[in-house]
Amino acid sequence: MTLNLTEIRKDFPILERELRAGVRLTYLDSTATSQKPLSVIQAMDDFYRKSNANIHRGVHTLAEESTAMYEGARERIATFINAASARQVIYTRNTTESINLVAYSWARANLKQGDLVILTEMEHHSNLVPWHMLQAERGIELDFIPVTEDGLLDLDVYKTLLSRSPKLVSFSHMSNVLGTINPAAEMVRLAHEAGAIALVDGAQSVPHLKVDMQALDADFYAFSAHKMCGPTGIGVLYGKAALLESMPPFLGGGDMIKEVKLRSFRANSLPHKFEAGTPAIAEAIGFGAAVDYLTHLGMDNVAAHEHEITEYALDRLEEIPGVKVFGPSADKKGGVASFTLEGIHPHDVAQILDRDGIAVRAGHHCAQPLHEKFGIPATSRASFYLYNTKEEVDLLVNGIYKVKKMFG
Amino acid sequence: MDDLYREVIIEHYKNPSYRGKLDPHDISFADNNPLCGDHIQIDLRVSTDGIVTDARFDGHGCAISQASADLLVESIIGKPLEEVKKLNKQSILDLLGIELGPVRLKCALLSLKVLKAGVYGLGEAGDDLVE
Repeated sequence: MTLNLTEIRKDFPILERELRAGVRLTYLDSTATSQKPLSVIQAMDDFYRKSNANIHRGVHTLAEESTAMYEGARERIATFINAASARQVIYTRNTTESINLVAYSWARANLKQGDLVILTEMEHHSNLVPWHMLQAERGIELDFIPVTEDGLLDLDVYKTLLSRSPKLVSFSHMSNVLGTINPAAEMVRLAHEAGAIALVDGAQSVPHLKVDMQALDADFYAFSAHKMCGPTGIGVLYGKAALLESMPPFLGGGDMIKEVKLRSFRANSLPHKFEAGTPAIAEAIGFGAAVDYLTHLGMDNVAAHEHEITEYALDRLEEIPGVKVFGPSADKKGGVASFTLEGIHPHDVAQILDRDGIAVRAGHHCAQPLHEKFGIPATSRASFYLYNTKEEVDLLVNGIYKVKKMFG
Repeated sequence: MDDLYREVIIEHYKNPSYRGKLDPHDISFADNNPLCGDHIQIDLRVSTDGIVTDARFDGHGCAISQASADLLVESIIGKPLEEVKKLNKQSILDLLGIELGPVRLKCALLSLKVLKAGVYGLGEAGDDLVE
């Protein structure tokens, strides 16, 4: 089934916005954060208007309602990613916090000086810096799966690295710069064969592809609501139940305890053990509505639409003299086109496109080492989601020609 | 907004008059804008009575950052260091002749921060240098 873009665009009020007189928004920055459909905005609004109360342990009507909504969203998120149980879905603030949870709780309990952690050269800073910090504290070793010239991970080098008995392999399912969709299931299988735990950064994959936790078999999987039609401030750490149970708590406080004495505590069961303090309740409910929205559209349909737009965008961009697009061909990547324009800085490209209402991102997209690898300080990045159209790609292409003319 | 890419800015970006390095120099300093990776180095020659006798900038970045560096370097040659120390945000905006939003202001001010950190002999080009 193909997506009905006319109907879908009506679901996103912001897409109607005129930035200046006669200048309609063309939003091509969904890799940074997606726009939100009305159903998500309304779910959060309804919660605050009708049901707002703190969750758990309340016995009044509103507390029961809010608890049911908060936990109901968790159930639907678990179904969305085909987790065996909702207990394995831990709410966090975002992907970054999910990765930090693993670094603070699992890694600090299990890694010692000299232990090897394998990352990749295409990681977002959120999957680099927590490990740099652990390296400084613990003396763990870090090594990196290289990125090839065409933007893929070098799996031969990965296999060689695995022969050094790493304790953890942590990599992104889909690159936020190159768009590369990594062979996550195979990489997890290889990590397990080498006796390592596998953590997958799914910030870019869950919004765009059908992901199946049981088929993928990753030990940990991290993602954020705000890149998949949901609100900011909420994300998920999925983990295998036995691992999560064996781990010490992350943050201490209310809700993560079973019992507290003056000098001791007993931790709560999953998932609450990792959810200290009053959480982002409205945001969790909004996240549930986002998952409902995506489920209704069908993730296969979302992926097919994005593939069509991406293929078209890459073709059109590559025909512009001076444009160089980074990353693999459309069949190996998601809806991301990071490019440079010869002689013109990405900041200037983004600024001039903004005059025509076209929102693209410019910079290193929190992946500075990857840009260094390709010998460029920055790129402009256009990214596509379920609401983008070929007409918007045409506007981008026309805009780039304008930039070239201005710098002539 | 429409003035942002004034002819003079594009011209200084594409054909800067003061791009390069000075060897030997009396003062040299470099720093980055962490938001976008822009990089600027400024080298100065200073006479014994504290006058900037020559200056150059080097680096990479957007048109705003590179044009403002070129204009800034041009403006300080022949000036006493004491006067350079007094330059601020408004001096750069006057040189560029445009208004800038908060994000692009950082691009425009990078060269001045680098220059002042060098003149004051600081380890880092902080935001407080251009207020």
